[in-house]
Amino acid sequence: MKPPPFSYHDPRTVGEAVGLLGSLENAKALAGGQSLMPMLNMRFVLPDHVIDLNRVAGLAYIRESADALEIGAMTRQRDLEYSDAVRAHWPIMHEALLQVGHRQTRNRGTIGGSLCHLDPAAELVSLAAGYDATVTVAGPKGERKIAFAEFPVAYMTPAIEPNELVVGVRFPRWSPQHSHAFIEFSRRHGDFAITSAAVLIEADGGGKITRASVTIGGMGTVPKRATEVEQAIVGQVPSAALFREACESCRKLEAIDDVHAPASYRQHLAAVLSRRALEKAHARLVERQGHRAN
Amino acid sequence: MGEKRKIALTVNGRRYEEEVEVRVTLADFVRHQLGLTGTHLGCEHGVCGACTILFDGRSARSCLMLAVQADGHELLTVEGIAPSNDELHPIQQAFHEHHALQCGYCTPGILTTLIEFLRDNPDPTEREVRIGISGNLCRCTGYQNIVIATLAAAQTLKGIPEQKKWPQGSTPPGAAPPS
Repeated sequence: MKPPPFSYHDPRTVGEAVGLLGSLENAKALAGGQSLMPMLNMRFVLPDHVIDLNRVAGLAYIRESADALEIGAMTRQRDLEYSDAVRAHWPIMHEALLQVGHRQTRNRGTIGGSLCHLDPAAELVSLAAGYDATVTVAGPKGERKIAFAEFPVAYMTPAIEPNELVVGVRFPRWSPQHSHAFIEFSRRHGDFAITSAAVLIEADGGGKITRASVTIGGMGTVPKRATEVEQAIVGQVPSAALFREACESCRKLEAIDDVHAPASYRQHLAAVLSRRALEKAHARLVERQGHRAN
Repeated sequence: MGEKRKIALTVNGRRYEEEVEVRVTLADFVRHQLGLTGTHLGCEHGVCGACTILFDGRSARSCLMLAVQADGHELLTVEGIAPSNDELHPIQQAFHEHHALQCGYCTPGILTTLIEFLRDNPDPTEREVRIGISGNLCRCTGYQNIVIATLAAAQTLKGIPEQKKWPQGSTPPGAAPPS
C-alpha cells in the first residue's frame, strides 16, 4: 500500500504541463488525488512520471457569465459546494456535491479530476451530461472545446489525447425559473451511487413542461441522458401518472452487472429514481410558484 | 532509493526542513520522518479517514497526498490540537467525558475532522454531525458517543473567545469561514 517509484514534476503553467505530458512516456497527471492516489497506493497504476497540477497557476476559478458558469479544472469540489453563484443559479450542482464523497475528499477533489477519471457513477460527470457542458482542453497546438456528449469515448476513458490537459468546463445557465433534483442510491453516505438521477425542468405559465434534462448515472459505462423520458414529458402538464409512465422507459436502458448490483436492479432503480427526481423537481417548481402568487 | 526533494513546511506551528522521497505519502512522512505518530493509517486508500489532517486549515486524507505537495504549506495533526501538554482542547475533553472512543485508533482523524467541522458549523444538529463524520470509520463505538461528545463540545466552544478556540494551523489562510 505504498506508491511505486516515479519521477515527480510540478509545472507552474499550463504550457509547461502540456509540454511534460507530450514529452514524457507513461506519465500521469495528478489533480486532487482522490482517485489517482488510491490507485498509486494500491499499485493499480505504475507511472514513470507523475505531473502534479496543484501548482499550475490560473486553473482554479469559478466565473459566472450571462449565459454560463465557467469552472477551472483545478477548482476544488469544496469551493463549488460553497459558491454562492452555484447555490443560486446551478442549485443541482450544490445538491449533487453534497453527495460527492466526504468533506475531506471534497476539500481536495477537483472538477477536472472528476471529469477525466470519468467514473460512470460520479455525480459531476452526470451533471456535465445533463447540462450538455463543454470541456476545454489545452494541447501543444492551443485549446480546443469538446461537447460533453462527445467527451466519454469508453468506460472511464475521456476523448483527450495523452498530450492534452483539461483546463476548464462550461455549464450553460438555465432560466431563473428552472427547477432541479439530484437523487442517488448508495449503500453508505458518500459512496459512489449504484444509480443516480439528475433532473432539470422548465415550465411555462400554464404549468406545461417546456424543457427537460434527465440523466441516469451509474447504469452503463457512462452517464446516459434518458431522452425517451425527456421527450415524453416536454409539452405535457406534469402529473404523477405522466412521470410514472415516462420513467418506465428507463428499464430498457443498458445497464452493467457488477459486485454492487445486477443490471436488472439498476434498471429498476433508474425508473424509480428518475420518477422521484422529476416529482421532487416539480414539487419545488410548484412551491416556488406558490410563493410568487402570494 | 528513489528521487528525492527538499521541502519546507509548518506542522503544528513548528517549521521543518526535510528531504523526502517523492513517492512518500504525506501520512508516512508525518509518521516516520517527523515522528508524529498520532496520525494513524487505516486503509491507505482514502476510505477510513483515520489519517485526516488539516492542510492549510482544510481537512484532507494524508494518505492521498504526497509529502512533496506539502512544500510551503501548513499542517495541523492531532498532536497540535491541545493548547498545552497538560490541557485538552474542548473537543478532546468532551471525548474524554462522554467516552467517545474505545480502541482510539480512529480518534485522531475524527478530532482533526471535527476541528474543521465545528469551526465552519458552530451550532450543528445531530444529523449534521453524523454527516460531518461520515468520512471517518469507527468500528468500536457505533458513533453514538462521538455524536454526543461533538454536540457537547459545540456548546463548550460557544463560551470560549474566538482567538483561543482553535489551534494554530486550523484556519485556512486568508479565507473567511464559509457560511
